[in-house]
Amino acid sequence: MPTMQTLKFVKREVPPFAAGALHTQAGPVYRATSNWSGADYWGMIKSRVSAFRMSYAVPAGLYAVGDPDKDSDVFVSANYKLSFDVLRRSLKGMNAWVLALDTKSINVWCAAGKGTFGTDELVAKIAEAKLDTVVSHRRLILPQLGAVGVNASGVRKKTGFSVSFGPVHARDIPAYVRAGYKKTKEISTIRFSLLDRMVLTPMEINPAMKKFPWIAAGILLIFGLQPSGILFKEAWFNSLPFLVMALLAVFAGAFVTPVLLPFVPFRSFAIKGWIVGMLPVFLSTHVFNTIDRHDTILLIVAYLLFPALSSYLALQFTGATTFTGMSGVKKELKIGLPIYIGTAGISLVLMIVFKLKEWGVV
Amino acid sequence: MKYLANVATLQYAPDKCTGCGRCVEVCPQGVFVLRQKLAAVTDKDLCMECGACAMNCEFGAISVNSGVGCAAALINSMVTGRPPSCGCDSTAAGCCG
Ligand code: SF4
Ligand code: SF4
Repeated sequence: MPTMQTLKFVKREVPPFAAGALHTQAGPVYRATSNWSGADYWGMIKSRVSAFRMSYAVPAGLYAVGDPDKDSDVFVSANYKLSFDVLRRSLKGMNAWVLALDTKSINVWCAAGKGTFGTDELVAKIAEAKLDTVVSHRRLILPQLGAVGVNASGVRKKTGFSVSFGPVHARDIPAYVRAGYKKTKEISTIRFSLLDRMVLTPMEINPAMKKFPWIAAGILLIFGLQPSGILFKEAWFNSLPFLVMALLAVFAGAFVTPVLLPFVPFRSFAIKGWIVGMLPVFLSTHVFNTIDRHDTILLIVAYLLFPALSSYLALQFTGATTFTGMSGVKKELKIGLPIYIGTAGISLVLMIVFKLKEWGVV
Repeated sequence: MKYLANVATLQYAPDKCTGCGRCVEVCPQGVFVLRQKLAAVTDKDLCMECGACAMNCEFGAISVNSGVGCAAALINSMVTGRPPSCGCDSTAAGCCG
């Protein structure tokens, strides 16, 4: 096995997951280990919860796993490091080539939708890597979700390589290979398990919580406003139930609804979110009596506003799901947006009436 | 899990189908199956309009109005008038996990 010193002529910086390199007719190719380091796990966590994933990339190009030769399979991947890491881990014990496309550190699914994981990029990377000299066969295995962006017959016409779309998830590759490159329905459909949904929720809660200070400031302002100025002590005391309900509404729409998705009735995400958002309002007004129940206006506002907030946030989760199509989301928005805007408008008017009453104006 | 009924724009013309099976291979929702050497649609409501089948049917038997099914992107495009694009490259939306 060649050592790292012999590879000085490789211009690319040595990736941390490299375990030596192979010499091929097209030049040296780094061998990617199938084992994850602590940094790999930490990177996975960071990319799941923050914008860190926007820059989590591996250099695009050809890699080796194990000791591949001219007959070994070629798996195509994105250069989003998490996708790449999952692939090299899934190939443990196999001898294969991995061709990472430059998807600007975006995962396969999303990059295929945008076209960066596409026919042209694949054709270009096959040429750059001189793949036709590295392997003697003309077969490529792509992640199934790449089919959104890659036209298999186009690739064959331009490069001579015929494309097979493998399983949806890289972790099913060993089973796919063992079965003679055949897919069961199980590994060719997207599953959207509780865990899948769970790991997606931080990306829903984060943006919502960034806006929460504004919601809170608005609530404090409305409750604290007096003819004589803003009274903060009163503001805090009177708005506490609303602040708690707003927080619970965010939680209901951005966390509870996504996680309990199949168990909440109705197919519409907006309705699902509305139902789940109704619960905290009901609990806090009728069970814990946080609002004076004779205060009809506040009660109405709470019932209007917070389920709508939860509904809106739940609708955002359509961006992360694996089964919502554009036509459906459009339909929901067409009906939902006017309702959200109307609800916000009516709530505002009611709060003004509430304040005027409080001040004894009407 | 199924999304709204009767909204998917998937269209399939059996007379153009050669039964190559590519659509069955690429559809992540199991919408297509092969029956008597022809593709058949099992349940249109399962279709998430990803466009993989239309992209890869060499014989033009499938068409679908594909695009991002993501509320944030669609709202954005309504406001800005630009075509909807997923928030993968901005910190704005949690699209695409
Ligand atoms: S990809 Fe097109 S031609 Fe092939 S089976 Fe499907 S519909 Fe028929
Ligand atoms: S658009 Fe996507 S989900 Fe719908 S049938 Fe085609 S491949 Fe399947």
